[in-house]
Amino acid sequence: MIDKSIIEIHNALKSGSITSKELVQESLKKSREVQEKYNAFVTILEEQQGSDVNDSLVTGIPFGVKDNFSTKDVLSTGSSNTLSNYVPIFNATVVQKLFDKGAVMVNKTVLDEFGMGGTGTTGHTGAVLNPWDKTRMCAGSSAGSACAVAAGVYPYALGSDTGDSVRKPAAYCGIVGYKPTYGMLSRFGLFPFASSLDTVGILARSVEDTAIVADIMKGKDVHDMTTWDSSKLHLKEALTGNVKGKKLFFIKELCDINNYPNPSEELKKHLENFNKTLDLCKKLGIEVREESIDQNILNAIGSVYVVISCAEATSNMSNLTGIIFGPRSDKKNITEMMIDHRTKGFSPLIKRRFVIGSYVLQKENQMRYFKNAGRVRRLIVDIMKDFFKKYDGLILPVGTGVAKKLDGAVDKMSKEASALEEHLQIGNFGGFPSITIPNGFIDNLPVGVNITGNCFDDENVLNIAYALESDMPYKGQIAKEVS
Amino acid sequence: MKKQIAVIGLEMHCEMKSNSKVFSSAANAYNETPNSNIALLDMAFPGTLPVVNKKCVKDALKVSLALNCSQPEYMYFDRKNYYYPDLPKGYQITQMASPVGVNGKIEIEVNDKLIPVLIHDVHLEEDTASLDHYFDTSTLDYNRCGVPLLELVTEPSFHSADEAVAFIEHMIQIYRYMGISDVDTKRGQMRCDVNVSIMDEDATEYGTRVEIKNVNSISGIHDTIEYEIKRQTELKEAGRYEEVEQETRRWNEETMSTVRMRSKVDAIDYKYFVEPNIPKYKITNDWLDEIKKEIPRLHLERKYDYINNLGLNNYDASVLVKNKDISDYFEDCIKIGIEAKIATNWITTSIMGYLNANELEIKDFYITPKRLKELILAISNGTISNKQAKEIFNKLIVEKKEVKDYLNSDNAQISDEEELTNLIDNILKNNPKQIEDYHNGKTNLFDYFVGQVMKETRGKANPVLTKEILNKKLNS
Repeated sequence: MIDKSIIEIHNALKSGSITSKELVQESLKKSREVQEKYNAFVTILEEQQGSDVNDSLVTGIPFGVKDNFSTKDVLSTGSSNTLSNYVPIFNATVVQKLFDKGAVMVNKTVLDEFGMGGTGTTGHTGAVLNPWDKTRMCAGSSAGSACAVAAGVYPYALGSDTGDSVRKPAAYCGIVGYKPTYGMLSRFGLFPFASSLDTVGILARSVEDTAIVADIMKGKDVHDMTTWDSSKLHLKEALTGNVKGKKLFFIKELCDINNYPNPSEELKKHLENFNKTLDLCKKLGIEVREESIDQNILNAIGSVYVVISCAEATSNMSNLTGIIFGPRSDKKNITEMMIDHRTKGFSPLIKRRFVIGSYVLQKENQMRYFKNAGRVRRLIVDIMKDFFKKYDGLILPVGTGVAKKLDGAVDKMSKEASALEEHLQIGNFGGFPSITIPNGFIDNLPVGVNITGNCFDDENVLNIAYALESDMPYKGQIAKEVS
Repeated sequence: MKKQIAVIGLEMHCEMKSNSKVFSSAANAYNETPNSNIALLDMAFPGTLPVVNKKCVKDALKVSLALNCSQPEYMYFDRKNYYYPDLPKGYQITQMASPVGVNGKIEIEVNDKLIPVLIHDVHLEEDTASLDHYFDTSTLDYNRCGVPLLELVTEPSFHSADEAVAFIEHMIQIYRYMGISDVDTKRGQMRCDVNVSIMDEDATEYGTRVEIKNVNSISGIHDTIEYEIKRQTELKEAGRYEEVEQETRRWNEETMSTVRMRSKVDAIDYKYFVEPNIPKYKITNDWLDEIKKEIPRLHLERKYDYINNLGLNNYDASVLVKNKDISDYFEDCIKIGIEAKIATNWITTSIMGYLNANELEIKDFYITPKRLKELILAISNGTISNKQAKEIFNKLIVEKKEVKDYLNSDNAQISDEEELTNLIDNILKNNPKQIEDYHNGKTNLFDYFVGQVMKETRGKANPVLTKEILNKKLNS
């Protein structure tokens, strides 16, 4: 039952054909299997019992939480050695909201350390393997959550998205990944990576399920000044499937195969799949147009992201000293203690980001790097907002194809293809609502497509994704290992 | 060597009054027990976020307005990034790019002269935890972490320790008058950084500037400045001015000297950037107007008003404005018609004497301006003498009655001329020998007669009238 949709499970609970306790048992058993095979979890809550069932759709149903969310009395490590023993005394707001409705957390999922990574391989408990193919990655940083949902451990899990960390793992794992408008879901209790980009996101197996969960989690929070009043939005209700007259655009420089001098077979198939999806859009009554964006701007996306996210991350991680929480160094001097804890606790990849972050914030460099990145960010966002005056959304393929191999035997990326890997970051630059849904297979491995819309237009964006999803056969799919 | 001018600038940090801290919901109050007024954010637990205390913003804007600064259209906060154990987040939330007030100007009184002071900026920020060092341990108390601080930075407007100290004292008065801060230096609520340099009298450029950090008392500020001026001047005189470096020093109370902390080369790059968790906030003109209305008349303005319009002298006016509540009490007295000098006299002697002796606030004082007026009226229309008034004053406080309860015939002063004349005639009739002696040269017997009248009336005879009548009778 645990591999079904939220509503199906809810109905079964209400009718009494299954109990919450049974669901939890099923989910825990599946968790152990998934952990054994794919290493998706930091903690499995073996003692979890289940809850009383009320009218809320999520009541009594198990779910997973990325380990960079603060969960009271449950280990929360951020997949980092700096917090390897940290047990918080408070719940993140969004987690509390789900608990208040009777949702049952059964595990904490692995991430790239503190969200800083796109492969799912840099967490302190090791790499998360893709449930469709163990030789491949899940992408990141919400690797564990994506893996678990794809493998059928529960209908949904929480993730966080700073550059694409919910929406790309969703594509690689053949499921749905939704990043709402910035500020719709409270970040209180989410370990910060880059505060102006971080967004709480949801991994699930259908658009409807992400809408159900988002409806419960959203709301202005007194603990987070960047949240806004979303009480007028009703995400699940807005899923009518009626998208006649909607307008979407895609970017010529990214989607035209002729722009790639030496495209791989995989890229060709990926873009063909994308074109099929565009045909499907037209069939549903959506007008689809090609638009052009200056290649220089597209090429700058990655740099803007690196500069801003590394700078903010460096500042945000300065509280990790081991003095109050996390394993404390036994050095005798406060400064040595702090340095020792951080030297031993952070992975080299994080340190590299700190070096970049410190560098771009230095007085003599700030104007050229950090401030200019902010200006280019503004430029990109303004271009998008201009398009959103005419269009309901931007539709693009996710990445250059299927999940990449773990052994690093990847084709070197051409400059043009890198923008295809990085465009999801636009969603974070502007705080735009953005959702990835599966739109096909290449050699039995899933690929995804992404729709991004204007700020606060979540209902519209979700509805378009819902309509598309309904006309494709990938809704609710559970991962099947390719041999 | 040419005559030297000292150039001094000040940075004043004051802990503000509020219910909760500036970015967290913990109580902003003094607590002996360490780590008792703390919220999650104050210890920088992962995932915690700042929430701005609106009252602190309002108070900061109040100061900005009172100092004639310009206010920004949008309020932003910035992160000042550095590592130190007393800064759990690893950054302090402060204001760098867009502070609550810039380019202000006020006048202060120094030795009876008014001098202008230019304010560079005033901004709101948070305080750090308290770090104490022992032999082999250091302790951290996070009670102070996140307490709202108002930082005021002046331009180098001062040229002597006296001027700098006068400014600090002036600002302390302003903060207390506006209820922004109690500025209790004993509790470390005020910390100052002092910048000192010297230049030739006719020079066009400033000399090398030295910063002395964390001077926490008024006497400390005075001593620090005088020491630094002397140190720099002596080096210059000896042809060793290059030894005066642009550096940060620390004032050592024990050795009464400044000691180097770090040089410009080791200066820390704080990597300031806008705090992303606090959205920018529009400061509307309507809000500023509202806030402006709440600024009370400040001490200097009141003092000049008392001197110029109420005829008080500098000394008395200064005493009255030292404490806003006393000044308010005085103004209430004036409002209900008590004469300025009489009110001043009562307040500065009997009232303040009583309050100080009993460690009371005038706010809780039983003798309100209204009661004082009744007392003063009774004296002026001769119902009671000054001496009697002082007795009633003391009784009122203890017995908590009204003035009129003490003005019955038993207590009343005898001022009726006819009654007194009869009484005096009686006494004179009964003391013929003394009258003869008085007329024969023993003029000090006059006091004897006055004493007899007082004895007969049990001290209630109006002394002025008594002497008048006696005089007439004895010397006519």
